Amino acid sequence: MTALLEVRDIEKSFGGVQAVCGVSFDVHEGEILGVIGPNGSGKSTLFNCILGQLVPDRGTVRVNGRNVTALRPSRLNRLGVSRTFQLLQVFPELTVRENLVLAGQEHRGSRLARLFGARDAGMGAEADRMLDFFRLKRLEDEKAGSLSYGQQKLLDAAMAFMSGSRLVLLDEPAGGVNLTMLADLRERLEAINRETGVTFVVIEHNMEFVMALCSRLIVLAEGRIIAEGAPAEVRRDPAVIEAYLGH
Amino acid sequence: MSTRAALLLGLVLLVLLALAPVDLNEVGVPYPGLRRYGTYILTLWLVTAIAAMGVNLIVGYAGQETLAQAAFVGIGAYLTAIVTKAGVPFGVAFAASGLLTFTIGIALGFPALRVQKHYLAFVTLAFSVLCWLVFRNEQWITGGVMGIRDIERPSFLGWPLRNHIRFYWFVLGITAIMTFVLWWIVRSPWGRAFTALRENPLRAESLGIDVRLYTLLAFALGSAYGGMAGSLYAPLVEFIDPSPFALGPSLLFMLMVVIGGSGTFLGPFVGAGVAVLLPEWLRAWETYYLLIYAVLVMVMMAFFPGGIVGLAARLLARKARS
Amino acid sequence: MTDFLQLLISGLATGAIYALAAIGFTLLWQTSQTINFAQGEFVMVPAFLALIAMRWFGVPFVPALVLAILASMLLLGVAFRYVIVGPLIRRGVLPLVISTIALSILLKESVKDFYSAEAQTFPTLLPDTLITVAGVSVSLAQLGVLAVALVTIVLLQWFLAGTRTGRQMQATAQNPTVARILGVPVERMILYTFLINAALAAMASLLVSPIYLAKFSNGETLGLIAFVAAIVGGFNQVRGAIAGGLLIGVLDNLAAAYVSTAYRQAIPLILLVLVILFRPQGLLGRREERAV
Repeated sequence: MTALLEVRDIEKSFGGVQAVCGVSFDVHEGEILGVIGPNGSGKSTLFNCILGQLVPDRGTVRVNGRNVTALRPSRLNRLGVSRTFQLLQVFPELTVRENLVLAGQEHRGSRLARLFGARDAGMGAEADRMLDFFRLKRLEDEKAGSLSYGQQKLLDAAMAFMSGSRLVLLDEPAGGVNLTMLADLRERLEAINRETGVTFVVIEHNMEFVMALCSRLIVLAEGRIIAEGAPAEVRRDPAVIEAYLGH
Repeated sequence: MSTRAALLLGLVLLVLLALAPVDLNEVGVPYPGLRRYGTYILTLWLVTAIAAMGVNLIVGYAGQETLAQAAFVGIGAYLTAIVTKAGVPFGVAFAASGLLTFTIGIALGFPALRVQKHYLAFVTLAFSVLCWLVFRNEQWITGGVMGIRDIERPSFLGWPLRNHIRFYWFVLGITAIMTFVLWWIVRSPWGRAFTALRENPLRAESLGIDVRLYTLLAFALGSAYGGMAGSLYAPLVEFIDPSPFALGPSLLFMLMVVIGGSGTFLGPFVGAGVAVLLPEWLRAWETYYLLIYAVLVMVMMAFFPGGIVGLAARLLARKARS
Repeated sequence: MTDFLQLLISGLATGAIYALAAIGFTLLWQTSQTINFAQGEFVMVPAFLALIAMRWFGVPFVPALVLAILASMLLLGVAFRYVIVGPLIRRGVLPLVISTIALSILLKESVKDFYSAEAQTFPTLLPDTLITVAGVSVSLAQLGVLAVALVTIVLLQWFLAGTRTGRQMQATAQNPTVARILGVPVERMILYTFLINAALAAMASLLVSPIYLAKFSNGETLGLIAFVAAIVGGFNQVRGAIAGGLLIGVLDNLAAAYVSTAYRQAIPLILLVLVILFRPQGLLGRREERAV
């Protein structure tokens, strides 16, 4: 079975500081993979290299067997890879519905059809589905900027699914979200994974969240993978405990 | 504002503007109509507003800076003057002006937008000066500093537009169409993409929006609006020389859009109004006009960066609340 | 060949002046994200400050030059920083860009309306006598300009690299957030940058005006050349601005001699286009990470 996402020997350094040194892993269809590691272990750099935000010094990234290394983020997104950002990134001046339509509009029809066609670019039904799924229906006409932080975080996640992507990379989805909202978010992500088989890669600091959500974990420290396996195994791994508690 | 309300408001404004130069005393309304000079100023306002709409698309919607709008107006004006004198119909010249400036916009924008945000400003700055040099130096075609005189006003479907009121109506009609087209673009998914790339290009890119392509399209479209405005400007003033297409006027286009309210739909009309009418009002102060204008802009930027339309919207909102 | 050498030397002399304007522009952009569209006028105004001191107040020449530099630092440095950039930088990039454009118009019109619309002759420190070395004759004034500009640049480089304050300024330019964490007084460093920019612009003004006369509209060309020099050399580098300035000065002088004068002004612009097409990071610039 070929992997949905195949990361091979990614290296990236910034002015002499090696942030990621030769990281390789596979992500399989339908999986929820967590990437954890102490601060500065290279998680975000790795993420940005996979997503074309940074150009890796070495190594390749393949999606469905196709080499996508250093492809521009918009191209990658149109090939079915979505992401969220660590900091909240919704468009505050647009309404909730418009945010969702925006997230999907580049994936349907031609650019000319988007100029002459319907205002919602044929994404209305999909937006409705997402509004229902993430329980944002009653807020659909509110400006995204007027939502609570947790609600914006839900919208942010919902936008990643508008494109019909098969692979979604979430950068600290739990950051700054309160406990009730957190349970809600996790439950929704699990549901979408169960129902549609979308694959996730999650970077997260919140251990409890990541242990509960993910089926497999990769642990990074100083730019290298130091452990890999099911959450329960990883939790007991002496190398991991060392990396988190050491120094 | 709902779609229907916006269209209705536009229609009412269109009718009022069409009546502005007409003597209404004959139908019992005590309004003498604008005189020849007033109609000319009103036409100039419309032409300026078309070019300003283009700048607004580039600056207010796509978040870029253009310092060459007057040069694009100049390209449209010279092209129209030269080819209509050679016997080409105005309609063809008008379309060619739009097409040529659109193409130049793509050619300029493509390399500049590969680099980083402010490079478009520098490239357009350089282009603006280059155009001015060509307008001034290539006497065999542009007439150099002597310019091109006696540019004929066209006729529309066999209806001659020599008369100033008829020409005004013609320009008004074209302005209405171009305003509608821009309104359509801005509220289409394209407009949503423009807003997204202005507010947060990184996130827009991650949502599959080709930021570079959309920015390029906004710049080329905005420049084409400049070219088409120029195509109308030449027969309006009937004489063109390089001076209104220099760097200074390009900078003034930027300023007028921001004064009006960049990123608002009415902003360019208000800004163009200020830019066209202020020198008329400050006649007595002619020498100090630009000085006053510059100070006005700086004060405006410090206290009301939303421009006149932004300020009006805020005042209206406050009134509605109280 | 001797012709060429003469052109080269006079080119380096004007180029060194352009470099002064371009360095200030680059420093300002790096430390405070201020793109100063009035940079050309910043180079135009100080000569008129000197003229005002001499003609209106009867100050002798050399003290007038010193006064002009000090007044420039006050007006184009401190006042620019606190009256225009300070309140506007929080509003985002566009209002600041617009405001500097308005400022350029304001400065230009003020000089035109309150001083004169005519080009003014400007005295020079060194006489225009020609000296001939090995068949190449150059004017003393040109050598003087070259010497003064180069000494200024060397002093600036020494200040930036060799003193504590200079290194703090460079840290601020590279990353204000990190600099602040490291205890660099970022606000003060930004003010210093504005002062240095004003002083460099004033130097450029006093050096260029004897050559090209002082005129209210000079800023248009000078500003354009400063931008072009900064971009051609490499926007993120002080030495890029120096190289860019010198290169354009030389090209400009060669063009004046060998290309039609009508299109002399076009040479730097064509250079700009070529650089953006083929080496967008500039001749000496570092490639920056993909922004988007």
